[in-house]
Amino acid sequence: MPEGSQPTVLRFEDVTVSFDGEAVLSKVSFAAAEAETRVILGAAGSGKTVLLKTAMGLIKPDSGRVYVFEKDISTMDELQLFAIRSRIGMLFQESALFDSMTIEENVAYPLLNQKSIQCPKAEVRPRVEQALEFVELAATLDKFPSELSGGMRRRAAIARAVVTQPPLLLYDSPTAGLDPITAHTIMALLIKERDVSQATTLIVTHRYQDGNLIANFRYNSEHGGLQPGRNGEHDHPRTTFMVMKEGQLIFEGDQDQLEESHDPYICKFVKQRV
Amino acid sequence: MLDLLKEPVLAAQEFFVLTGRAFRNLFRRPHYWDDVALQMDSIGVGSLPLVILVGAFAGAVMALQMSRALAQYGQVGKTGTLVSLTLTRELGPVLTSLMVAGRNSSGIASELGSMKVTEQIDAMRALGTDPIQKLVTPRLLSTSFMLPLLTIIADFVGMVGGFIIAQFYLGLSARQYWTSVWKALEWNDVAQGLLKPLVFAVVISLIGCFYGLRTTGGTQGVGRATTQAVVSATVLIFILDLLITKVFVSQGAS
Repeated sequence: MPEGSQPTVLRFEDVTVSFDGEAVLSKVSFAAAEAETRVILGAAGSGKTVLLKTAMGLIKPDSGRVYVFEKDISTMDELQLFAIRSRIGMLFQESALFDSMTIEENVAYPLLNQKSIQCPKAEVRPRVEQALEFVELAATLDKFPSELSGGMRRRAAIARAVVTQPPLLLYDSPTAGLDPITAHTIMALLIKERDVSQATTLIVTHRYQDGNLIANFRYNSEHGGLQPGRNGEHDHPRTTFMVMKEGQLIFEGDQDQLEESHDPYICKFVKQRV
Repeated sequence: MLDLLKEPVLAAQEFFVLTGRAFRNLFRRPHYWDDVALQMDSIGVGSLPLVILVGAFAGAVMALQMSRALAQYGQVGKTGTLVSLTLTRELGPVLTSLMVAGRNSSGIASELGSMKVTEQIDAMRALGTDPIQKLVTPRLLSTSFMLPLLTIIADFVGMVGGFIIAQFYLGLSARQYWTSVWKALEWNDVAQGLLKPLVFAVVISLIGCFYGLRTTGGTQGVGRATTQAVVSATVLIFILDLLITKVFVSQGAS
């Protein structure tokens, strides 16, 4: 649903992806506008991760088109994709930090390896420190990922995703496998990043409370915490919920519409609300 | 029937695509020299003790075995010739490659396999790096450089092993042994003795990378990839060894 002529940051048009003849995404279409937040809910195996990887060009669609920053990435080769990917930050499900590198090297990796970023050598360290400070991990520069706890690894991976200040952020299950307190800390960080950078944000999750949090809280830069403030009200960018089921996008709309839905599959997610 | 053939043919195709890309990247920037150095250390220096040990014992055993056969013709003095030829042409390259295949094909497959199942390969692509350029090409380059060197060391240590047997068990003089060792070798022998490890190095590194990068199915998949890599590399070493030997033997005859 492209809104008039307003440019979209990410747009899927009838995207189908299949593995070994089985469709994991079938005819998915949606469009995310600038500064919008999209929460993608769905059970395990519903195609959420594949959707994010397709958005980044890591998986090629079998049919349909994917537009990122209004450019069709479904026909691009790997070299052309690097330029697009440098403007997207992605948090992988299991953090995917490089085990053989320290946290500092991990976070510096996109700055040093993405050709289109061209960060001067002298600026790398300050930017890495700044990104790690943002996720409150400044003391772990020289540690290896294996020396950190799961929550800390997730935060380091967030630092790596945001260090280049990309205008589009994709988070794959940021709170999966974490205890509720750590999960809350991670969500607070994502809200802070969204409100500080005004980036378009896609969050894949199977927990409704994550979506609820990101839709109804905003980062207050004055006292440095979260405050209630529904996204989409006043001049706040809006939050859209999407629900995936067996590779299909079965719901797209705001939180009120989601909570009014009578679909049993959707109700299962919404009732988890704490 | 066709379905049965489909998978191996597809796998072979994927392997050749990977091989093509890995070689193409040799001439493309960026080059990750740090990774090349790191791999040279791990593959070359790391395999050195094993290769020396195997080489020495292979040489000594060859000297013992050959001396018995030669004794029937009263030619024990030719022990050095046989040790030298078998080591340079055959045992040095093949044993060294088998050792390195067992040690490094598996190592490469399990490392890349773990990276694959923990999404690190995807992360690498997401962060602007071609995994083939960063992971495969350095391993190809360093194995191709190190394996011939390791083979030369194994050949020499094997000759020393043979010498110890010749000197203390067969009672040959040092001069007699080393002269026969030296005189036995021709350029043809040295050429095939160095070409073999170069070809095997390509197989060892690329097979390890290939199975590593196509790993699926979590940690169990990593174990499977490792086993497949070692088995395939070993079998290919023997097949290619026969082919290369055939070419050189025909050449030597003409």
